[in-house]
Amino acid sequence: MASKIIIPDFRKTPPVDQVGVEERVARFTTRSVKKSSKMEGLKMVLSMIDLTTLEGKDTEGKVKQMCYKAAHLHDVIPGIPTVAAVCVYPSMVKTAKEALKGTSIKVASVSTAFPSGQSTPEIKILDTKFAVENGADEIDMVISRGEFLSGNYNFVFDEIASIKEACGKARLKVIFETGELSTLDNVRRASDLAMYAGADFIKTSTGKISPAATMPVTLVMLEAIRDYYYLTGRMVGMKPAGGISTSKLALQYLIMVNETLGSAWLSNEWFRFGASSLANDVLMQIAKETHGVYQSSDYFSKD
Amino acid sequence: MSTTKEIKLNFNAAWELAPAPEDTSHISIKSQYDLFINGEFVKPESKKYFATYNPATEVKIADVAEANEKDVDKAVKAARAAFGKWSKLSGKERGKYIYRIARLMQERAREFAVIETMDGGKPIRESRDIDVPLAANHFFYYAGWADKLEYAFPNRKPKPLGVAGQIIPWNFPLLMAAWKIAPALAAGNTVVLKPAETTPLTALKLAELIRDSGLPKGVVNIVTGAGKTGAAIVNHPDINKIAFTGSTDVGKIIQKAIAGTDKKLTLELGGKAANIIFEDAPLDQAVEGVINGIFFNQGHVCCAGSRLFVHESVADLVIRKLKDRMETLRIGDPMDKNTDVGAINSKEQLTKINEYITIGKNEGAEIYQSSCNIPKKGFFCKPTIFLNASQSHRIVQEEIFGPVLAVQTFRTIEEVIEKANNIPYGLSAGVWTDKGSKIFNLTTKLKAGVVWANTYNKFDPVSPFGGFKESGFGREGGLHGLAAYLNI
Repeated sequence: MASKIIIPDFRKTPPVDQVGVEERVARFTTRSVKKSSKMEGLKMVLSMIDLTTLEGKDTEGKVKQMCYKAAHLHDVIPGIPTVAAVCVYPSMVKTAKEALKGTSIKVASVSTAFPSGQSTPEIKILDTKFAVENGADEIDMVISRGEFLSGNYNFVFDEIASIKEACGKARLKVIFETGELSTLDNVRRASDLAMYAGADFIKTSTGKISPAATMPVTLVMLEAIRDYYYLTGRMVGMKPAGGISTSKLALQYLIMVNETLGSAWLSNEWFRFGASSLANDVLMQIAKETHGVYQSSDYFSKD
Repeated sequence: MSTTKEIKLNFNAAWELAPAPEDTSHISIKSQYDLFINGEFVKPESKKYFATYNPATEVKIADVAEANEKDVDKAVKAARAAFGKWSKLSGKERGKYIYRIARLMQERAREFAVIETMDGGKPIRESRDIDVPLAANHFFYYAGWADKLEYAFPNRKPKPLGVAGQIIPWNFPLLMAAWKIAPALAAGNTVVLKPAETTPLTALKLAELIRDSGLPKGVVNIVTGAGKTGAAIVNHPDINKIAFTGSTDVGKIIQKAIAGTDKKLTLELGGKAANIIFEDAPLDQAVEGVINGIFFNQGHVCCAGSRLFVHESVADLVIRKLKDRMETLRIGDPMDKNTDVGAINSKEQLTKINEYITIGKNEGAEIYQSSCNIPKKGFFCKPTIFLNASQSHRIVQEEIFGPVLAVQTFRTIEEVIEKANNIPYGLSAGVWTDKGSKIFNLTTKLKAGVVWANTYNKFDPVSPFGGFKESGFGREGGLHGLAAYLNI
């Protein structure tokens, strides 16, 4: 199958109509998720979170604390899943890996001179290899947006392919930083390009630029995944990151995934939320569904 | 573009949404409704009542009076008596009343939405987000024109026509009432309106609202009944204008009936719109437009995009996307906030749709239906598409007025223009392409009153709406809609 895939001309990516995309998104947001389906959805959201800390001030201590939180979100209520992964800088991979020993939680590392991507190809490969050698299960790379916007699609394609090679067994997530791509047509083009170059996941944002993930951008990427799946039969994962901090919004994203790609994508193998504060809001909702009343935010650990 | 056929997306929900029924406890419906004549509800001279049912449950909701010729005459007399004062009232004062109706409608929006869904079967999402807000918008819009008629038609000294007889269909009961009543009142006319016999309740609730608004007595009269009542309105000698929305067959009868009289006429009749997808279109959004075009309001829309023309080079992909999208439609209880496709309006209509589905199969078109389950009770029809349809198929030529789409492919622009125009109707059309020049080329050549580009089923009070050929004549909405109620 894979050998038959013809790499398309990325200058001729299918067009996207922004007005239509926004209308479709509006439909997802009017879905009403109640009772048992809400509880099920909330737990699914938790299990799909990449708990993230990507700051200059990150320390081993901070990462260790976050890793404990990742495995023990809220032990007061039984039956709460763990998050899917923690997402850290390459220098913190070793610490995270050790802290998560014995759990099924993955360690994801950003790489390729995250978040700007402004470095040489050699350094980006080294950056990636360093993370993988330290035990990263997943690599979140950024594309060179400058090259992309100036039309050097081959450069970006080769860049992704080379990082994919450097990843070895680690799964590769490709970050577009859609807030810098300006149009939905560009988002679609970047999606196609990354999937053909070997991305296992495509991801909206670094979280360092506003706007980060939005529902229209995510829908365009999901539709690109669907078209690629139609053509090749290969599933590609999706990770919106940044700006998703409420349960309500997260559930709307799940509705969108469910109605665009179907139930096969509704697991943390194929869908992730890149978020730092989402988990506590979801926990608060789960506690409310369990006890019938809202609790103060001080009843949920902040790590 | 070839696609792998064996790969299919799975929408058999692993994550099932729990029922989310809209609260219905806040509405008030009487068990029996009389006729609204001269500002009050009066018993019918006919002494007859008929029942209106919830098409999703087949349960009776209320009994409604059946107006005979005497009742219609009473209503017309009331409207005539009110006309003098109403038409001489300053435009500013008339506008105030219409604004008040609009605001009251917004205040009672939830109740109107619930009753619209109960009586007609359309999903609550649509009545809540489209029918009721749009109806209020029409009143707001025309209220604004009431004191500006001389600016709308400069140097023409516009004068109202007199008493308008208005007959509306069952697919958008409240919205059609608003489309008819708002411009008539703004122009200074008085009104006798007849809602459809299967969906009279929101018009009767509107009558209550109008009574509460303090509108002078007799300016709006609402009489209920079936075809006979409509005929009594059409044939009444003291009516100056007939505005009808409904089937082409009835439209023809009306036109014959008023031939030789002074009555003015606007007809908004059937349609069989073509949605045209070119290979350079944004395909995912185009598919969404097709879904919205044919399954909105169960396809009970005169401008429904009931024919789809797809460029052959993208036909496989578009049809595959269309089928997958159909699998995600939720069909069932119209009162559930997650329902996308509700109940067929009546048993008669369901029978008619099913007849056409049989015809389509016999004609040799390839049928595809959503794999969903439909409720056992109530009138429901699975979303249906017919692939490989031909121009000479009856399912391509005739209006089905249900969730049934006929799909054809085309190769060239000339071919698709010819086929799109090759039907007796000409109400609306949709064009999907990323190329602006192609859109303008088609809008000049498609014989349709409304042509949507890269969208479908967009309605706004400011935009005129109406058809060519057997889709009728006259325009509703915008300045054109106002002109239809004035001597200019």
